[in-house]
Amino acid sequence: MKPAPFDYHAPRSIEEAAGLLASLDNAKVLAGGQSLVPMMNFRYVIIDHIVDLAKVEGLAGISVTGAILRIGAMTRQRDLEFSPEVAQHCPLLREALSHVGHRQTRNRGTIGGSLAHADPAAEQPTVCAAHDAVIEIASARGTRRVPFAEFAVAFLTTAVEPDEIVTAIEIPLWPAGHGYSFHEFARRRGDFAIVGAAALLDLAPDQTVRRASLTLCGIATGPLRMTEAEQVLTGKRFDRGVAQAAAAAVKAITPVSDIHASAGYRRHLAEVLAFRALRDAAARCSARI
Amino acid sequence: MATRSISLLVNGRRYEREVEARLTLADLLRHELALTGTHVGCEHGVCGACTVLIDGRTARSCLTFAVQVDGCEVTTVEGLAPAEGELNVLQQAFQDHHGLQCGFCTPGMLMTLTELLRDNPDPTESEVRDVLTGNLCRCTGYAGIVAAALEAARRLRVQQGS
Ligand code: FES
Ligand code: FES
Repeated sequence: MKPAPFDYHAPRSIEEAAGLLASLDNAKVLAGGQSLVPMMNFRYVIIDHIVDLAKVEGLAGISVTGAILRIGAMTRQRDLEFSPEVAQHCPLLREALSHVGHRQTRNRGTIGGSLAHADPAAEQPTVCAAHDAVIEIASARGTRRVPFAEFAVAFLTTAVEPDEIVTAIEIPLWPAGHGYSFHEFARRRGDFAIVGAAALLDLAPDQTVRRASLTLCGIATGPLRMTEAEQVLTGKRFDRGVAQAAAAAVKAITPVSDIHASAGYRRHLAEVLAFRALRDAAARCSARI
Repeated sequence: MATRSISLLVNGRRYEREVEARLTLADLLRHELALTGTHVGCEHGVCGACTVLIDGRTARSCLTFAVQVDGCEVTTVEGLAPAEGELNVLQQAFQDHHGLQCGFCTPGMLMTLTELLRDNPDPTESEVRDVLTGNLCRCTGYAGIVAAALEAARRLRVQQGS
């Protein structure tokens, strides 16, 4: 057996789950298990109590209310990938999911689990950053809502306290016909990105950029919004030159350097992928009446 | 160490066991149920050798605890052949197209492709290659596996059409 011994709890409600986390020492939430269980098998983490959310009522589901897409934290990545609501309202998420692991891991992996794990190169947190998502977190002390910008705080560390549970993700939607694109470079398909880029564009019929969102992953401890590049774009007529100028603006970043890639290589990739994501997002904008 | 009792269906047969919480589904299958067709390569979710179907969906049995599949239906490579000594269409296509050499990756490959061909009876080569990114093979170079998958899809379509 690989993991160290632990006790297993399978609560049926959020209240019960929150009560367990509030009362047990060294407890950890198990969602889809596709990040946590490898760490347990390696004994990178040794946990005394596993609180499995699989049987908790009401934690999975996808709904659209007004301009908000709400996703239950236990929604499996595979269900998001094939959701008509996601495809229609948040196509960036759908495109990003095709880079998340493999079909066998997406069948079990959840969006809430990916957010709580917060790998710096992970695609789902990147989409949350791009869309200014709000993360709903519950505990025995109550429920709070954290903007994504305050959610990822450090390497593999989020604003979620040990007694708290991510319960839902709320994604503010962009207008129908907006452009989107997710590009990433990984050594093998399904691996974590060395660098990834997510772009959202809202263009007027004359191609003027009303609003732009550009986010990179794999370069820092979490996804990074490229606000300078967004400023370069906003208010301009979108063309190749503007996209190149915006992509050049991302070179100001100081990427991490590790066994997978040097900082210089990541900086190069960041510019190339940012340009491709902006170019493809613009091509997908359908001029609105 | 506290144990829990679980009950699950594996290849249509019901099993009830007392298990430690940390027992993975892969180890349950291999060590407790003597279903050693499911292979264990990396034990951290990378190689795909341990792929099984849980309630009809592929999953890494090394990343799933046995306690999590209490009440579930699991299908392993032993559940594919129609009868002892026979091969199903996909297995036969693997044999015909040299889809295996050492055979270590084969159970996982078969389970992944079983799901794909059920959900998508007419996959393109790139769709086959895309799902196979989750299964590593160190022997074949994948060409035979891809050919076998496409041939199995064709034979199954002919079978269903007739
Ligand atoms: S043994 Fe499970 S993925 Fe390698
Ligand atoms: S046949 Fe040997 S690993 Fe695939």
